Amino acid sequence: MAQKRQVRVGSQWMYARDAEKALSEALRVMKEEEGHHESFITKYVFSQDHKWIGVQYGVTALCFLLFGFFLMIMMRLQLGWPGEPFWVIKMFFHGDGKLLPEQYNQLGAMHGTIMVFLAIVPLAVGAFGNYVVPLQIGAPDMAFPKLNMASYWCYLPGGLVMLASMFLLQTKGGAAQSGWTSYPPLSDIASQGQTWWLVGMIFLITSSLLGSVNFIVTIIQLRAKGMTWDRLPFFVWAQFVTSFLLLLAFPPLEAAGVLQLMDRVAGTSFFLPSGLVVSGEVLKNAGGGNPLLWQHLFWFLAHPEVYVLILPAMGIVAEIIANNTRKSLWGYRSMVGASIFLGFMSFIVWAHHMFMTGMGQALSAFFQTTTMIISIPSVIILSALFITLWGGSIRFNVPMLFALAFLPMFGIGGLTGLPLGLATTDIHLHDTYYVIGHFHYVVAPGTIFAMFAGIYYWFPKVTGRMLNEKLGKLHFWSSFVFINGIFMPMFYQGLAGVSRRLYDGGIQYAHAKEAASATNPFMSACAVGLFLSQLPFIYNFFTSIKWGERVGANPWQANTLEWVATTSPPLGHGNFTTVPVVYRGPYDYSLPGSADDYLPQTTPEPGTVAAPVIAPAPVVA
Amino acid sequence: MQEFLAKYMPPIASAHGADLDRLNAWVHVLMLVLFVFWAAYFVFVLWRFSAKNHPKADHHGMKSHWSTYGEGAIVVAEAVLLLVFSIPLWGKWTSKPAPETNPLEIHLMAEQFAWNIHYPGPDGIFGRRKAELISSSNPVGLDPNDPAGKDDIVMINQLHVEKDRPVIVHISSKDVIHSFFLPVMRVKQDAIPGMDVPVHFTPIKTNDGATWEIACAQLCGLSHYRMRGQLFVDTHDEFVKWMKSQAPAQPGS
Repeated sequence: MAQKRQVRVGSQWMYARDAEKALSEALRVMKEEEGHHESFITKYVFSQDHKWIGVQYGVTALCFLLFGFFLMIMMRLQLGWPGEPFWVIKMFFHGDGKLLPEQYNQLGAMHGTIMVFLAIVPLAVGAFGNYVVPLQIGAPDMAFPKLNMASYWCYLPGGLVMLASMFLLQTKGGAAQSGWTSYPPLSDIASQGQTWWLVGMIFLITSSLLGSVNFIVTIIQLRAKGMTWDRLPFFVWAQFVTSFLLLLAFPPLEAAGVLQLMDRVAGTSFFLPSGLVVSGEVLKNAGGGNPLLWQHLFWFLAHPEVYVLILPAMGIVAEIIANNTRKSLWGYRSMVGASIFLGFMSFIVWAHHMFMTGMGQALSAFFQTTTMIISIPSVIILSALFITLWGGSIRFNVPMLFALAFLPMFGIGGLTGLPLGLATTDIHLHDTYYVIGHFHYVVAPGTIFAMFAGIYYWFPKVTGRMLNEKLGKLHFWSSFVFINGIFMPMFYQGLAGVSRRLYDGGIQYAHAKEAASATNPFMSACAVGLFLSQLPFIYNFFTSIKWGERVGANPWQANTLEWVATTSPPLGHGNFTTVPVVYRGPYDYSLPGSADDYLPQTTPEPGTVAAPVIAPAPVVA
Repeated sequence: MQEFLAKYMPPIASAHGADLDRLNAWVHVLMLVLFVFWAAYFVFVLWRFSAKNHPKADHHGMKSHWSTYGEGAIVVAEAVLLLVFSIPLWGKWTSKPAPETNPLEIHLMAEQFAWNIHYPGPDGIFGRRKAELISSSNPVGLDPNDPAGKDDIVMINQLHVEKDRPVIVHISSKDVIHSFFLPVMRVKQDAIPGMDVPVHFTPIKTNDGATWEIACAQLCGLSHYRMRGQLFVDTHDEFVKWMKSQAPAQPGS
């Protein structure tokens, strides 16, 4: 039974039990503030504050994003003008400036690995998830701050091992060069860079696992009073589903990584069948293994991983679109349902990456069917976002431009997945540039554009200052043009049968020569253009931290808690002076009859009295 | 659409190729319809509902549920492509040609960075192969003690097949994973060590001097980019003549 007697605290009446909890919380906070002088190390290096960890993740991931892109620039120079010397290549590899095949293969493997595991996932989940989720649900921090810190400090060494393998091993066979997919037996017999890759991956996987547990517990346990499941911003839902994907999909890859490591260093043969003859020599330790085992384990992770890349992006885009159309998200519930369904389905489509391994009718029918089914929830989410625009009053600011561009770009990425998802049309297109075009549309002008949208949108929350609008628009339009110039011709190359991962872009092959030489120089020039297009962003980012236009707590007139319940930047560790209470959903924009075109989640229904603002905060472990 | 895509694709020289390309064309029609529809809608709403043209947003937005019907239509279209076309075609693609069609059987063993092609010779029986016998003069490891192998023919990077005669290629690899890709035949099959996967097709055109290739579609190491073989589709007479002209592969015989 609830305690009925009320006491007066300041001007508020509240239940005695609540007052007692509030008092103990107040005492705890005061005690913490008194005796707790954070050193530089605990505040900026081994921080346990989700916001600073988010910033650490974000800055590190952006550096890797740029580095991964730089690797691609070297590859594109080689593809556009095969065999020509370039000074960037000379600088990087200390050769004569001409790229060698083994260097090309290193760049390819490391570009993929860095972009997926070190740039986009850490940016989408580590940075945006960490920074925004606790603020949006009204939590003082993540449920396990130490685990959160550990997650970053597994990620960084993982990244450093990968980087080190590129810089330290050039005289010892180079970094990993068997593709980001690292198919054995090629990866089993590759030079020692592959061992470094595996060690790096084990760090990165561990980091993601620690992060995912933390997100799940935080979202379940630490929602503010009144933040019911149907009042969660869609972004939080997206992160919630993503965390389950990370939690359940990564362990098989961790196991697979350890097995491959054993094959390489302990002479086992998990992935090596009997009778392997490499360069004329019978491989001694081979026998009893199966190379396809790796592919199943790898893709069991790597397909859900696609949705790890895309769901947070959809979350960001949904927030920004609702905010900048000044209206509610259309079909919030079906979007949430579709995300959960997408999460489930993503675990049973993995073998569509393996249609060409000799699949019989039963297996291929199953995986084609699940692949067609999984396209439906994506269509539902995308349609809901498109329909949200209807009836809006659209503000074309920089975050909105990036969020809007996400829609058709992700649309192209999704649609071009159809001929690859049907096994029979995949026969010709499998492992061609069509595939490269498809998944880059999903991830580059798709997810990365959403990440940029998020950076422009939440930058004022993190720094208290706006990014420059003009530079932002320059960044957007130039990136938009060049990125399409890179990826659109890939569909043509793919139809022509140009295989991926070819050192010279395909000019050795009679069937591929024409398509490759007609488009590669243009695509490579666009890649350089895209690189230049990032300069305004980099300049804008650093100068705006110091000199950007100062803004208040809620520059976008948004409803969600990170904007309405705390300052910009938010108060130190703890986020809120008073723990917010939530009265409504996140998208009450332009409600009929209300004066403003937005109603913060903390606004009670008219005619009701707000509950006392001092509510017990969950105790931080 | 099929003609449009064909302009960008290699010619078709196999019996099943036209079916695959037709399905591919239909999938692209669906993609194009969806994209054009979405793009037109997108451009319209960006103009109609910009803050300038529509200063006050409507909280609820669209009331009708046409999107549900649209999604229903996509489900139906995908189901047709899947159940009516793709799954039956895959069944056809994976079923072995009947023995009475007199299929030409070939073993193909990929290695870094070449295609070793093993014909059974006039007796039609493949000689025994052993991994430990593989050497530069015996690329597939034929066992000299097996009489069936005496007349076998081993070619490197040259695949001869016969027009209008079904071919069964048993694909495997010595070392790493490769992928056997015949663009003009619309054939692709990973060559996986430890596995022997048969792939079948029927050439319907001779190459008549055109260079048709065996490409490697799976990253297999340094020289992956130039791991290419040539495909010759001969008439029956040419094929027989070619077969006779080849010396048996047996080392030392």
